[in-house]
Amino acid sequence: MAGTSDPHASAFSAAELEFLAEDEIIEIVPNLRMDALNFISGDFGPFRPQIPTQAPLWLAVALKKRGKCTIRTPEWMSVDKLTQVLEAERDSDKFQPLPFHYVQISRLLFDHAQGDIPDTYMVRSLIEDIKDVRFHKIGKGLESISGEGTFALKLLMPSVMLIGFSIAANSLKNLSAMEANIVRPFVTRALETFYKLSSSDMIQETDHAPNRQQTANRGPRRQLKDR
Amino acid sequence: MDSGAGESSAADDYESLMSTTDAELLKSAWRNEKAAPEILNYAADLVQRSRQQIQLMEEMVEDYINDGVDPLTVSLYQIDLDRTMFLLRSYLRTRLQKIEKYVFHIQKTAEEWNRLSKQEQKFASRFAGDIKHHLDQSVLSRLPDQYQSHLRQSAASEEDDMVPEPQLDSYVVCRSKKYLGTYQLNDGGEELINIEADDLYALPYKSIKPLVESGQVDLV
Repeated sequence: MAGTSDPHASAFSAAELEFLAEDEIIEIVPNLRMDALNFISGDFGPFRPQIPTQAPLWLAVALKKRGKCTIRTPEWMSVDKLTQVLEAERDSDKFQPLPFHYVQISRLLFDHAQGDIPDTYMVRSLIEDIKDVRFHKIGKGLESISGEGTFALKLLMPSVMLIGFSIAANSLKNLSAMEANIVRPFVTRALETFYKLSSSDMIQETDHAPNRQQTANRGPRRQLKDR
Repeated sequence: MDSGAGESSAADDYESLMSTTDAELLKSAWRNEKAAPEILNYAADLVQRSRQQIQLMEEMVEDYINDGVDPLTVSLYQIDLDRTMFLLRSYLRTRLQKIEKYVFHIQKTAEEWNRLSKQEQKFASRFAGDIKHHLDQSVLSRLPDQYQSHLRQSAASEEDDMVPEPQLDSYVVCRSKKYLGTYQLNDGGEELINIEADDLYALPYKSIKPLVESGQVDLV
């Protein structure tokens, strides 16, 4: 069949995530005069020199490449803000609120608009640090997913709270797009396996003796069905 | 000339209550389709409208080129056009991939068959025929009589167990736009979870299927 054997490899490639991020709005300061643009994705402009306007990221990057504007760094990307966020990430167990596509946005801006970012090196290293700290937290959180009937995951703090028998509540709050995409295959596979194990546990309990004889038959068939 | 833009702003006004443009709707349909394990409803109107807008845009760009409008503007319109076309194409492509994967199952299940568009149905029938023919020729005809069906392991099987089915139990990551209150997770019926706005959740697809269909949660 044309289908792959691994349907849960990340649904989105990094390039596609970048594509999604490119629709985010940022501020630019054009240095040309242009009338309003009516795109399928929305209406932007008119552009007048030195008057800051809002534009989607892809438009900003395109204009920047042709030297027609300068990009105003979004305010969350200032050294102060980022240092704050980094401190908070290190101290707390939760994820700090960051724009959903912060990884892609910062990447694109570094690649194309380096001159427009004050203290580029500081900002770049801060963002790298923040990424690392968050990843570390994700890893810790994943370690503590226990098997006992984890049914739904809501990563709020990287710790599992087992409510009753069949649910864990850990909210993936403030996780960014890239991070979610990276953990997605692992998380989905792990939860599914737990789910399967927990439901087959229940089946095994109910019929013990007849199981013995049937396991021989059931075995190979099960394999084929599960794919 | 402005009819392309006119259409999108008219759509804007009409949908301003939900504040979603066609482009956004296409984007979410694309995202949901990519992340869901089974094939979702075909967004016929959306695709139709997007097609029309794209066509109008293309004509507009051609006119601009002929009129000698500033090449910068033209190239920007072209970029936007390319982006929208990519979304549309990728949406259709993802659906086709899912059809290819689960073609026999889709043929059997009326509910899923109805989620395909007319062209997709034609494609699915032809594809199913081709695959069956291929399997028959290369493998099945050489197996003993009892095992020659492409749908069943053997004539002794009670159901069509060689047909791959979409795994509805698979977990997906999703996000809701608004606070949805408590929601019952499972037909095992025990747990209720609070669904808040903008939190990400990893849940089995089965549990939130109705919410996805009504557009209340988005798959991420």
